[in-house]
Amino acid sequence: MTTTTAAEKKIIAVTIDGTPVGVPEGSTILDAAQKAGARIPTLCHHPSLAPIGSCRVCLVSVAGVDRPATACNTQALAGMAITTRSEGLFNLRREVIKMILAHHPLNCTPCPLNGDCRLQDMAYEYDLTTFDFSEYLLKTVEFPWKAFSTPILDYHPRRCILCGRCVKVCAEIRGLGAITMNGAGAHTVVEPVMADRESQSRCISCGECMRICPVNAIEERMGSAKGKPWETTKTQTTCTYCGVGCQLDLNVVGGRVVGVTTRDDVGVNRGRLCSKGRFGYTFIHSPDRLSRPLVRNAAGELEETTWTTALTLVAREFRRIRDNHGPQALAALSSARCTNEENYLFQRLARQVFGTNNVDHCARL
Amino acid sequence: MTNSIAEIEDADVILITGTNTTENHPIIAHSIKRAVERGTAKLIVVDPRRIDLVDQANYWLRQRPGTDIAWLNGLLHWIVKKNLHDKNFIEERCEGFAELAAELENYPPERVEEITGIPAAEIRAAAELIGRADRASFLYAMGITQHITGTDNVKAIANLAMVTGNVGRWGTGVNPLRGQNNVQGACDMGALPNVLPGYAPVADPEARKTFAAAWGADKLPDTPGLTATEIMPAAHEGKVRGLYILGENPVISDANAGHAEEALRKLDFLVVEDIFLTETARLAHVVLPGASWAEKDGTFTNTERRVQLVRAAIEPVGNSFPDWRIIQRLAQLMGVRFDYSSPEQIFNEIRRVVPSYAGISYARIEREGGLQWPCPNIDHPGTPFLHAGGFKRGKGLLTPVKHLPPAEQPDAEYPLVLTTGRVQYHYHTGSMTRRCRSLNTLAPEAILEMNPADATGIGIADGDRVAVFSRRGSITTRAGITERVPPGVVFTSFHFSESPVNRLTNDALDPIAKIPELKVCAVRVEKT
Ligand code: SF4
Ligand code: SF4
Ligand code: SF4
Repeated sequence: MTTTTAAEKKIIAVTIDGTPVGVPEGSTILDAAQKAGARIPTLCHHPSLAPIGSCRVCLVSVAGVDRPATACNTQALAGMAITTRSEGLFNLRREVIKMILAHHPLNCTPCPLNGDCRLQDMAYEYDLTTFDFSEYLLKTVEFPWKAFSTPILDYHPRRCILCGRCVKVCAEIRGLGAITMNGAGAHTVVEPVMADRESQSRCISCGECMRICPVNAIEERMGSAKGKPWETTKTQTTCTYCGVGCQLDLNVVGGRVVGVTTRDDVGVNRGRLCSKGRFGYTFIHSPDRLSRPLVRNAAGELEETTWTTALTLVAREFRRIRDNHGPQALAALSSARCTNEENYLFQRLARQVFGTNNVDHCARL
Repeated sequence: MTNSIAEIEDADVILITGTNTTENHPIIAHSIKRAVERGTAKLIVVDPRRIDLVDQANYWLRQRPGTDIAWLNGLLHWIVKKNLHDKNFIEERCEGFAELAAELENYPPERVEEITGIPAAEIRAAAELIGRADRASFLYAMGITQHITGTDNVKAIANLAMVTGNVGRWGTGVNPLRGQNNVQGACDMGALPNVLPGYAPVADPEARKTFAAAWGADKLPDTPGLTATEIMPAAHEGKVRGLYILGENPVISDANAGHAEEALRKLDFLVVEDIFLTETARLAHVVLPGASWAEKDGTFTNTERRVQLVRAAIEPVGNSFPDWRIIQRLAQLMGVRFDYSSPEQIFNEIRRVVPSYAGISYARIEREGGLQWPCPNIDHPGTPFLHAGGFKRGKGLLTPVKHLPPAEQPDAEYPLVLTTGRVQYHYHTGSMTRRCRSLNTLAPEAILEMNPADATGIGIADGDRVAVFSRRGSITTRAGITERVPPGVVFTSFHFSESPVNRLTNDALDPIAKIPELKVCAVRVEKT
């Protein structure tokens, strides 16, 4: 199925570390490198956002050009010869990462991303895990507590690497522009933009900024304690809150759902969720959950009982009503939040067992 | 939806009405926004409230609540007058155009302005935009269906789409956005009083024979049953004595909920299966604890007919069970052997009896990421948009429809029109989302939106506690003074049991779809 009638793009040839590769005109050097199987480190780059080019860890050299180029936002031109690995590049990138780490201490042990973090991987790959930052840290700023755009997310300026992904995702994907970067140099922070009317934040608490932050600088405030990546199982399922049917991963640690994440390339939502899909999971372990059947006792109160007692009573009463008053005296209301399989069985129960077509669900409400 | 979510971004003109997409289908709202910002699509919003998408709209037509047929007919009137209708499409694919055109004569823009309050010039401009578009997509939701004229409202949209040739092609279509996650699937599965799974009429002996054979039944009931909105009055009259409610909360969600509650209390025997002790479960004789969505396997069918997997991430909480197991056990106790070992086995039976699901399997969904029905065989790729080559019934029927005022009109005693909807942080009656701390922090209580013109006259300020009365009941809530609603109209959501707005709403029904007129009733607001 073709979606639009976009004209076929011209293919141009470049070489990546000596390997020739063809890419559509308009591709970036990063696209070309990925096509050639060369790995270039990135932090601010995200496939669903337009290039940002703020972190500069993706430096590469182009033959005939003096200064190194950022691969994520430099267009690949026909005939370009690009080098992605060299000692010079290693040292350059190492300097860039060093500057980032000067503002983002490697406090990995208590960090939920520990073990599944690009920045941590880079620190390791570029041999910075034992580097002495004291010289840099002198210049580090103490940040006051910063309010974020929504009461349900915390923003940690101390962890923020100012990559700009969150600002971009809010503007580009959400179309809101609820947050922006304020301040200069090391004092820069991400802050809410106040809408003109009544000074209210434009933020809708979707949590896209949190999803896209590579370093956990934006965090769920009221979530349950999270587990480490290696003890978390992710189960892909379909959101239960509306007819869009977004795909999401329920994160489970020790038999409890502790969070929701998404995959960028999956489902109609392609990684996006609204606030219900992203934060609407804590009811699952609510203490209010019913865990045993209830039956009304002689005093008229609901009282816990066994499944056998409850279901035997239900079967007997429904049978009594059906036999004494006819099948039309029974009715069944199904649920648009239950699965297809359950709806199918439920209407079968009404039609075959109760003997009535008095079965419907809440589509009308 | 006749078409897919992904296609919306490729439309030239998007008309949305009766859907506050930003709040109810946020991910679709993105697509709309993005298409408009990219400059490829023009947006027409028709809504009495100044919903968020109005900021993106090229035209915002602000109709009086309950006047949808008038403006829809008005648009078509002008399209035909300007000769912008798709003559080929009408000729080849439709019937009934002459009758429709005759009815449309009664809706010149000036008369439409009188009925709807939309300036005639805007009707003309929007009509021309639609008429000239190559691809127009029409999106609507409960704001269109929850009226006594709901069925006719939908027909009027279908007329508009067909007469302009915007059916059966990529980026077009008549696209209802389904509110609850599996409304589409519940309908497909025959949780409806008049049809078996796959929309096979219960009155059709052949259909009954097929299902009786599949289920090993002697016979199946042949007369259509009662709709949800008819079951409650029948319970009130003692005609329905035993009711089994699966995961629903009519005490909060039904129109004229006070009446629904009375009806439930009259039952000989009420069984409620839910994950929480909802307001409805409190009235039950027996409450059965079901497993939540995180604890079960199965499929949901989304608003674009895409069948997707639901997977259990954890074991059922406490001593709860997935609903399919409970239903199966009850059937067995009542003497009919249901014998399924897994949801997948149930699904495989569905594939055998519902032809449009035949080609969909769990393995294929897993591999291909969801499949859109109709998908008649295992090699079929699924169907992103319907009616490509023709309509199921042959030719598309254009049906003339007439404007009819809402069942209840404001008067001296109840001077305001109340319309209801949702907020993006909560779902339905709130039994799940109100228990999520984050979401409940974002929206802890119901707000009654009121225009300053109505509020100041009766001394109500922003944030005041107010009482709202209708002919059926009263609630208390908090006022939010805003220009989002026009003068004469108030709005609130139905998620909050502390302010159960359905105590107020009107249970007058659309005669065909039996949908109550939740979007219009007359109320009075007082400061408490
Ligand atoms: S939560 Fe959503 S709307 Fe709010 S700042 Fe983050 S991305 Fe923007
Ligand atoms: S975000 Fe990554 S680098 Fe930073 S503390 Fe956490 S694991 Fe370490
Ligand atoms: S995440 Fe939001 S938009 Fe997506 S299915 Fe869930 S409720 Fe709907």
